Amino acid sequence: MVKLDAKIPQGPLAEKWTNYKAHQNLVNPSNKRRLDIIVVGTGLAGASAAASFGEMGFNVKVFGIHDSPRRAHSIAAQGGINAAKNYPNDGDSVYRLFYDTIKGGDYRAREANVYRLAEVSNNIIDQCVAQGVPFAREYGGLLDNRSFGGAQVSRTFYARGQTGQQLLLGAYSALSKEIKKGSVKMFTRREMLELVVIEGRARGIIVRDLISGKIERHSAHAVVLATGGYGNVFFLSTNAMASNGSAVWKVFKKGAFFGNPSFTQIHPTCIPVHGDYQSKLTLMSESLRNDGRIWVPKHKEDAEKIRKGELKPTQIPEDRRDYYLERRYPAFGNLVPRDVASRAAKERCDAGFGVGSTGLAVYLDFEDAIKRLGKHVIEARYGNLFQMYEKIVDENPYETPMMIYPAVHYTMGGIWVDYELQTTIPGLFAAGEANFSDHGANRLGASALMQGLSDGYFVLPYTIQNYLADQIRVPRFETNLPEFEQAEKEARERIDKLLAVNGAETVDTFHRKLGLIMWDLVGMGRKKEELEKAITMIQELRKEFWSNVKVPGKNEMVNPELEKAIRVADYLELGELMARDALEREESCGGHFREEYQTEEGEALRDDKNFTFVSAWEYTGEDKEPKLNKEPLVFEFIEVKQRNYK
Amino acid sequence: MSLAGLFLTSFLVVHLGINLLILFDKSLELFNQAAHFMATNPLIQLFQYVLFFGFILHIILGVVLQIQNWTARPVRYQKKGSSEQSYFSKFMIHTGAIVFIFLIIHFANFFVKAKFGHIDPITYDSGTYENLGQLVVELFRDGAYVIFYVIAILLLGFHLDHGFQSAFQSLGLTHSRYTPIIKGFGTVFSILITLGFIAIPLVIYFSF
Amino acid sequence: MDLTLKIWRQASAGEKGKFVDYQVQNISTDASFLEMLDVLNERLVREGEDPVAFDHDCREGICGACSLYINGRPHGPDKGITTCQMHMRRFKDGETIVIEPWRAKPFPVIKDLMVDRTAFDEIIQAGGYVSINTGGVPDANAIPIPKRDADTAMDAAACIGCGACVAACKNASAMLFVSAKVSQFAVLPQGKIEARERVQNMVAKMDELGFGNCTNTYACEAECPKEISVSHIARMNREYLSAKLVSQKE
Repeated sequence: MVKLDAKIPQGPLAEKWTNYKAHQNLVNPSNKRRLDIIVVGTGLAGASAAASFGEMGFNVKVFGIHDSPRRAHSIAAQGGINAAKNYPNDGDSVYRLFYDTIKGGDYRAREANVYRLAEVSNNIIDQCVAQGVPFAREYGGLLDNRSFGGAQVSRTFYARGQTGQQLLLGAYSALSKEIKKGSVKMFTRREMLELVVIEGRARGIIVRDLISGKIERHSAHAVVLATGGYGNVFFLSTNAMASNGSAVWKVFKKGAFFGNPSFTQIHPTCIPVHGDYQSKLTLMSESLRNDGRIWVPKHKEDAEKIRKGELKPTQIPEDRRDYYLERRYPAFGNLVPRDVASRAAKERCDAGFGVGSTGLAVYLDFEDAIKRLGKHVIEARYGNLFQMYEKIVDENPYETPMMIYPAVHYTMGGIWVDYELQTTIPGLFAAGEANFSDHGANRLGASALMQGLSDGYFVLPYTIQNYLADQIRVPRFETNLPEFEQAEKEARERIDKLLAVNGAETVDTFHRKLGLIMWDLVGMGRKKEELEKAITMIQELRKEFWSNVKVPGKNEMVNPELEKAIRVADYLELGELMARDALEREESCGGHFREEYQTEEGEALRDDKNFTFVSAWEYTGEDKEPKLNKEPLVFEFIEVKQRNYK
Repeated sequence: MSLAGLFLTSFLVVHLGINLLILFDKSLELFNQAAHFMATNPLIQLFQYVLFFGFILHIILGVVLQIQNWTARPVRYQKKGSSEQSYFSKFMIHTGAIVFIFLIIHFANFFVKAKFGHIDPITYDSGTYENLGQLVVELFRDGAYVIFYVIAILLLGFHLDHGFQSAFQSLGLTHSRYTPIIKGFGTVFSILITLGFIAIPLVIYFSF
Repeated sequence: MDLTLKIWRQASAGEKGKFVDYQVQNISTDASFLEMLDVLNERLVREGEDPVAFDHDCREGICGACSLYINGRPHGPDKGITTCQMHMRRFKDGETIVIEPWRAKPFPVIKDLMVDRTAFDEIIQAGGYVSINTGGVPDANAIPIPKRDADTAMDAAACIGCGACVAACKNASAMLFVSAKVSQFAVLPQGKIEARERVQNMVAKMDELGFGNCTNTYACEAECPKEISVSHIARMNREYLSAKLVSQKE
């Protein structure tokens, strides 16, 4: 087994990052001009990193799949961003944010990384306010906070229900400023196909121009991957249609290790599935759990009548309702972490208490909140979410409870990185959701935005210099080197192969099938036999895909079917790795719930003795089993406990 | 554009005020007196050029803007939209063009004649003036001309209805409290101006 | 439900386009408009035809990618939503739906219903930011901002950059888009410092790119999926005029 070095700095927890910054190598301004950095992805992590690199004086090239950097899926985050400002004076601190995040992640994240995240969280808020991000304010003119799942303090900053949008537009504006200045060059509508590795270091990428189909080569001294998560492997998820795992998968196959691939977050408050034509699921912000109460009927006969449409939820009296989160977790109630809330919903529905026509839904009820605060307060807080719900479901949530069900939302797993966010390929960095780093086995609400911006604004600008400091004598790379030729050839061959199959089934058909396998067998509750079955099924589906997929048209044109085919081909490999990782991890932790390992009350049962490590998977070759490497997690500063939200 | 428009609007008020004098004095003395004042006062004469310049500016700007606006959408929609909230905003160039044609005829009929042609004088107790009022009355005895005049004024009214509040918006003079008042005033104002101008030919046609 | 779709097909920017009729059957009323197009495309692929290209991504009304001009209205007949949030229950069985791309000189068609909206990015690059670098900024609560101003800024900042305002405007004017950004920064103390240069540069860029002029038809406000008010255009006009009047000679 490879010895993985996370390069965690010495010293007490609170001083590690300061120590690192004090002793790291830097690049002087005149040398920065001679160094090129490629950033793939324009979401929170990518845009903020690229803008910061540009400001520092590096030459930056940014690549995005959309027509504009502003469309990256960070834009869809609703609820908010955490920071340890302690403005409400309710007992928050950097340590508490760190502790909540580690605990929320079920003790499967690195102490040092998470502490740094909590430490820079405050800088993010300062930075965004200075950019003109219109966070919600109180009448006195100061910033407002709200509470979120997994925390007992109010530390979430928000901009209505569009926090992700506002933060991304902030980063996008910083990026635009640098593009104007000429320090950053933006390449829109480009999809990364391959990583170019020269003498063991990441030196460039191969991309496809999604308009012309042209395959392009781009070189740099370092490559940053900020390409987001791979939740779309489940077909139905809250991710955007173009969100995909191909970039991370390509670098995995080039030698970067993949950390905890099976750690997937299933978000408890999404609009339930309602038809087989459905293309994606819609998230209802977790902030709704601040005022909404979750329940199902206490009696099965009521639930059955509701499913048949004979009974309305408003007709069920209080004493025939089961507010199961409040019953099971009196301390946190409706604000338990996401994994706990999702599993509890699944448990009730599996037991026959589910509502909606499919029986796969629970109620999120605002009746009490409206009575207590008035409709106008609820409207001010969640108006846009209620409107969105009504548009989709055609029911008025002010009058009848919302129906919600868990859906795939975020992948905590991702490319393995060390403390510097560097992957196992030198010169290749991964930021944001694309890396595995800070959330352990479960991410707390409002922490994804925090991590994306922390990586981009405040971590990478330091750590990438530490790498580039000894690259100042390396001249710019020509793109006619054999490594570029080879990488382009591989990319072209794969495209040609996909176009040549010319089978009978559409790409979406395969994607849907894969999604069902993943959801049923590698979803919220996982079992050994089912995971083994999933691996075989995915392998079979992969074979069928390569012999029967139909991709129309050619490469040299706008070809969305080809784009999807390239992504689905990768999902069909990535899905298998996820199942393997879930199979290997014989414990339950956070979002990873193995039915075999649970307490008598049905809570996740960790096995700290055997599984306090990061699974870092290593690619070993086509059709060969990947190799599992373990990075032990050492908890020096906190006591590892059973998570308890009761 | 907006400033020129508002300026021209103020001219309309003066013009209407003088015209209405015809209706209040069948002997036309008041009107002819006022017309004489307007034609001879040196300050007004000077102002005439400012007004002329205002017209030209408003028209040239309007045409230039319209050409730019047409070229901004070289391929038109098959299914035309109608999302405009200020209905007459859609037809500013059309109403404007017809009002412009009207203006030329109007000029030929009155201004050119008064300035360069010969108009019979008329003597009152107060003095002798050119009998411009008679010219007006005679023209409005022609039914066809009255119809043309009324239509042109109606279009001018539509032009004004959008133009008035639009000018304030373009100048950035909006306020949550006062903008609704401006909009309401603009509509009432346009209706009054239109009714005032239309009343003159109708009254003359039917009762002079 | 069964529908007739009249869709603009154009192979690429350089080629001529035309409307093509398609019949779709058994569409669920709960499906979204884009899901209806997915159904059509899946069929076209099976039949060996070129599927209809259209921009879309988040499918929850926030990314601003989707951009269809449906039956004479950007984002279809409902108010305050994007095309992806439009559901088929809004249409009648047997209806004919005309689907066109955004039409404006600065938004050239790429393929079928996809248009190039990089002009918007260029306008933002002309000044849609606060010129500060990462780090070294004051504490977030150092400058109190009246709640009303923060709310106004947020109203403006809600713009998703979809271009429906341009598509709806009979003049293909981008004033609502540009004013949303100008207005957001004009009411916040952080943005005031560069307010004069910003409004002049952004307006100049907008004109240079060939967008039409604002004639205050207010079609933009009526069709904006985020219902951004034309009062922001007035604010921009105010900012622009005063900037032009008082800014010093270079």
